[in-house]
Amino acid sequence: MIKLNEMTIVEAARALRARECTVRGLWDACAAAAHARNPELNAYLEIFDADFSAITAAQKRIDSEGESAPLLCGIPLAIKDNILIEGKIASAASKMLENYRATYDATVVRKLKDAGALFIGRTNMDEFAMGSSTEHSAFGATKNPHDISRVPGGSSGGSAAAVAAHLAIAALGSDTGGSVRQPASHTGIVGLKPTYGAVSRSGLIAMGSSLDQIGPLAKSVADARILYDAICGIDSLDSTTIPNGLYGQHKLPKNLRIGVPYHLLGKGVDTDVIAAFDVMLKQLARAGHTIVDVELPMSSHALAAYYVIMPAEVSTNLARLDGIRYGHAARGKTLLEDYILSRTEGFGEETRRRILLGTFVLSSGYIDAYYRKADAARAVLRQEYMDAFKKVDSIAFPTTPSPAFTFGEKSDPLAMYLEDIFTVTANLTGMPAISVPMGWIPRESAEKGTVKLPVGIHFTAPHQAEDVLFAVSLAVEKAHNA
Amino acid sequence: MTTIDEVKKLAALARIRVEDAELEKFTSEFDAILAYIETISMVEMPQGNALRRGLTKAKKPPLRNVMRADDEPHAARAYTKKIAEQFPSFAKATEGKPASEAGMYLEVKQIISHD
Repeated sequence: MIKLNEMTIVEAARALRARECTVRGLWDACAAAAHARNPELNAYLEIFDADFSAITAAQKRIDSEGESAPLLCGIPLAIKDNILIEGKIASAASKMLENYRATYDATVVRKLKDAGALFIGRTNMDEFAMGSSTEHSAFGATKNPHDISRVPGGSSGGSAAAVAAHLAIAALGSDTGGSVRQPASHTGIVGLKPTYGAVSRSGLIAMGSSLDQIGPLAKSVADARILYDAICGIDSLDSTTIPNGLYGQHKLPKNLRIGVPYHLLGKGVDTDVIAAFDVMLKQLARAGHTIVDVELPMSSHALAAYYVIMPAEVSTNLARLDGIRYGHAARGKTLLEDYILSRTEGFGEETRRRILLGTFVLSSGYIDAYYRKADAARAVLRQEYMDAFKKVDSIAFPTTPSPAFTFGEKSDPLAMYLEDIFTVTANLTGMPAISVPMGWIPRESAEKGTVKLPVGIHFTAPHQAEDVLFAVSLAVEKAHNA
Repeated sequence: MTTIDEVKKLAALARIRVEDAELEKFTSEFDAILAYIETISMVEMPQGNALRRGLTKAKKPPLRNVMRADDEPHAARAYTKKIAEQFPSFAKATEGKPASEAGMYLEVKQIISHD
């Protein structure tokens, strides 16, 4: 029989209702696995003690409401360390907020609590969600459960590793340039970045406010959908949330037209990643979907535009962390020294690098050459995607150019930034995007000879067309599991 | 080319300090990153009317009020104690005792000098 912690949300919800297990049993299985493997993986920064009143309440609800209880009732979830849970530390994996205790629940956390979900711990990440490997965490990197000499991706690497290693049933992460989808790809799970505005960011520690979205990391497409349905919706605490149907109605055809920007895949992508991608496209074509070549010329400049806009927003958002009201507080002779000491001691290297970069692109004399130009490129990119979506339902490419890399392999910041080359476009356009496992490819491992590493396929859909993503992802999942 | 002085100036603007030992590394990495993002400043972008046409071609969502109602979002002082507990000065002010009025004030340095 499958171990309790290895179940999906769908399987666990069924088992709970069929009395095959209890909420307590499910919690204990996940907590035991988390305690057993975390010393090796460092997926969790903190594993919470059991909240027996929440466990009892969830069990009672399943017993009394049965099938009508929310599917997430009694399900242990992992939460990225930049999402606030009242009374718990939320450090964003930074020394700056090491002792910061959340004074309120993020809207997504409140919604999950209302659904009866349980929280097993807060997960490791790159500091303030800046990075693609978790190597920028102030509390040590997370390891990839498929090969511990490799990174799990990032910045939501702790959430991804926790789900992939069955240390939680599913998890929440945040995605500013690929931080849910890239680690999902590197650990062989499903990761969704919803439409900009679909999910409230009240209680998410801000990174790039025109780009950030909270999204689920899950073992199956169905699970990702359950989590998405539970957390989405308009919220008076986040004025960027959008009502249903804002972008109009769209049809969900049975056979989907999948656009592939072949012109972007010519170089820079590993040949076996392209091979796995082609195999998956053929399987989708056999299942009745149509593959169409699309042109998205501005995509070649998307990453450069992203690395102008994102640091600009980072330097602005992180200005609030000055050691006065909360967080790391060093004291000097003057108020200015208080600020400088607190920020210098509190922020890690990559965070400081991006603050400097943001300060540069926003400074007088450069704002026209960089920021305004990037903003215009963003508008053109968005228009290109909207035009492409007149002839296709979804656009596909590999989530990353390569499978998970080894620790220290991308010590040059620019090499690390190139990890995001495919994923950033969806954050720039605000469109929803998903990564789903598409295959396994072999790589040499320092730990155990040759290992098979997971790689993901990435789909983008028009604004608010998450149902298209779920439909095409289910087709991929079916082909991948066959 | 970025110079060490430029990086120092940016750091001062951003209220962080880059230690001397790190300055050279930061400066050369900065150059590599700027060389990459600089490509954006060379992209031919639709200008003026063409850009505006491109941007308005798509149907814009109708205007809507994104502001919350102008009323009390929560009872007065509902969060004061929780927020005060996060003040760096809180522990010192209360010295481990339960939150008193004293701990509820945020302590900052005097910024007006009489020199």
